Amino acid sequence: MWDYSDKVKEHFFQPRNVGALEGANGIGDVGSISCGDALRLSLIVNPDTDVIEDARFQTFGCGSAIASSSALTEIIKGMKVEEALKVTNDDIADFLDGLPPEKMHCSVMGREALQAAIANFKGEEWADDHEEGALVCKCFAVDEKLIEGLVRAHNLHTVQEVTNYTKAGGGCCSCHEGIEEILMRVMQERGEIFDADSAPAVAEPEPLPIAAKASGGGMTSVQRIRRIEAVIESIRPNLRMDGGDAELVEVDGNTIYIKMIGACSGCGMASMTIGGIQQRLMEELGEFIKVVPAEKLAQPPQQAKKVAHG
Amino acid sequence: MADIYLDNNATTQCDPKVVEAMLPFFLEQFGNPSSIHSFGAGVGRALGKARKQIQALLGAAHDSEIILTSCGTESDNTAILSALKCFPNRKEIITTTVEHPAVLALCAQLEKEGYTIHRLKVDKKGRLDLDEYQRLLTPNVAIVSVMWANNETGTLFPVEEMAELAHAVGVQFHTDAVQAVGKVAIDLKKTKIDMLSVSGHKLHAPKGIGVLYLKRGARFRPLFRGGHQERGRRAGTENAASVVGLGKACELAMEHIEFENSQVKALRDRLEQGILAQVPNCFVTGDPDNRLPNTANIAFEYIEGEGILMLLNKAGIAASSGSACTSGSLEPSHVMRAMDIPYTAAHGTIRFSLSRYNTQVEIDRVIAAVPPIVAELRRLSPYWGEDGPVTEPEKAFAPVYA
Ligand SMILES: Cc1ncc(COP(=O)(O)O)c(C=O)c1O
Ligand code: FES
Repeated sequence: MWDYSDKVKEHFFQPRNVGALEGANGIGDVGSISCGDALRLSLIVNPDTDVIEDARFQTFGCGSAIASSSALTEIIKGMKVEEALKVTNDDIADFLDGLPPEKMHCSVMGREALQAAIANFKGEEWADDHEEGALVCKCFAVDEKLIEGLVRAHNLHTVQEVTNYTKAGGGCCSCHEGIEEILMRVMQERGEIFDADSAPAVAEPEPLPIAAKASGGGMTSVQRIRRIEAVIESIRPNLRMDGGDAELVEVDGNTIYIKMIGACSGCGMASMTIGGIQQRLMEELGEFIKVVPAEKLAQPPQQAKKVAHG
Repeated sequence: MADIYLDNNATTQCDPKVVEAMLPFFLEQFGNPSSIHSFGAGVGRALGKARKQIQALLGAAHDSEIILTSCGTESDNTAILSALKCFPNRKEIITTTVEHPAVLALCAQLEKEGYTIHRLKVDKKGRLDLDEYQRLLTPNVAIVSVMWANNETGTLFPVEEMAELAHAVGVQFHTDAVQAVGKVAIDLKKTKIDMLSVSGHKLHAPKGIGVLYLKRGARFRPLFRGGHQERGRRAGTENAASVVGLGKACELAMEHIEFENSQVKALRDRLEQGILAQVPNCFVTGDPDNRLPNTANIAFEYIEGEGILMLLNKAGIAASSGSACTSGSLEPSHVMRAMDIPYTAAHGTIRFSLSRYNTQVEIDRVIAAVPPIVAELRRLSPYWGEDGPVTEPEKAFAPVYA
């Protein structure tokens, strides 16, 4: 059974702001009955101040879908529209003291409904940017569609590469069989064969230092920094998909300080993301690289933030 | 006088604390751990706790590395068959001549199906030749399966070192640690062991519960497919009561591992020395310097094991000859044959395997009981003369009819 937090249970048993909203000027509908999850978010936004004065929801879905919707309305009431647009699915999950990984998509749906409702208020069309497929990686709530898209777009060949791009497979590893199946399928489409025997028997959890080239590898420091920025740029679309971002702050020899922004910062996945960036940087630069969160640069080490997605 | 149980490598008594921990899961907390209602939720939590207790005993880095199975045999079969599925182009397996039938019989079947099985030989003390191992270890090998401790002699194999060597060439390494867990300190996160089998009933948990440890990142294909249990790696509703019992047993094993290696070992040594001092023509098999603390395997020459067991049983002492599975067959055990123990001795090997419940009083009773039993059987043996073996026994008595 799901280990729901007390906060999730509270918002399920006593949901706030339920029902249709008379005079709503921003309505966002997401999901469908066929996926078993559908959510309508109705907002009253003051057109002069852009403040969300009221928010209500109607949800068809599981316990955590209802709790996420309830949490969302509580979070955004009183916010300005621009502020509300920055609310991420992790904010919703954090507000609820975490959601089980299998249920993270409920918070994603909340964020999407919010974006749709605000678009509706502004008279825009909101483009649903992702289709949900079967959940492959439960540890990081990554579905088949997302993995398949990335394997295609970036010509990926191995589970490790998929993990670097999506986090999928970077936890308990029980989804590796599912990831390999997607790789096999897509690689077959492009006329390649997924070579089971060349896949490592055991994925190395710690990145191996690449000894081949000396630090810098013959690049000038400007060239090197440009390469680093290019790698971060290439990962950026993925981070943005999760409502986050990353920024290069400082390069000190083999240590690279990166600031994680938005959903990526402080969430349980930040360290995963950093591991992924580190891996990519090492591949790209051909040298051993240590990526450190930028907070470690200026301040004394701060208390680790509570991990919400236990 | 209560009977004395010295057959703990065959199976052990459940610890009363284990039984106590299990009882609520039959009548009160009988729910399915996957259910939403309150009957199930508590069971799910109890399984989580047990998983952590098992993880702690094995020194596994993550509790998700623990896959619950129905027994040691299932774990062994799952591990080997998984590797063959993961690496379909690799057609070789390395194992040893002295494995449990859970591995050997499977390998024999795979051999019929076209796989090449390399069975590492052992020397007279039951030790492996690591040079032979390294020669065979190539990228054509799908998996190496080598037991941690032998069930008949207690001899330990250098599995940690062997796992390093396998890892270096990218070959998965599995160890049947059914006899070792709880008796030998194990810290899997520091090793390159990919898979390890555990059986509950060898460490005072019930029969019919096992574990397959699977290192995070090691490629794996399930044997059972079905529900989402064990993260899809072993489908089937969890044997909740037994899992809880195994968790408790692991916690108790952690507490007693020192005791096993001091007190239990001292009793075993006392038993062995007591018998060797009084009985002529007997010797310890296996590697006495490198073995489980609870096991003594003694070969009594010129007599047959079953006779010894029956007379011991009459005296209220339970032991076994070779492995429990080979009794009932007239062949001496494959382990004794592999060590090249002569037939005149191999047939008379007796395994005494102790547990933390044995007492010195019991051990002294056994030391007193064994010499007259051996003497009585030797009196009947055509290979034994007035007060020693006949000269050249195999020639002295060579029946024409076999
Ligand atoms: C070394 C070894 N492996 C495997 C097994 C089989 O375990 P289970 O009885 O749980 O299937 C045994 C027990 O007889 C054993 O001693
Ligand atoms: S399910 Fe993907 S890493 Fe655990």
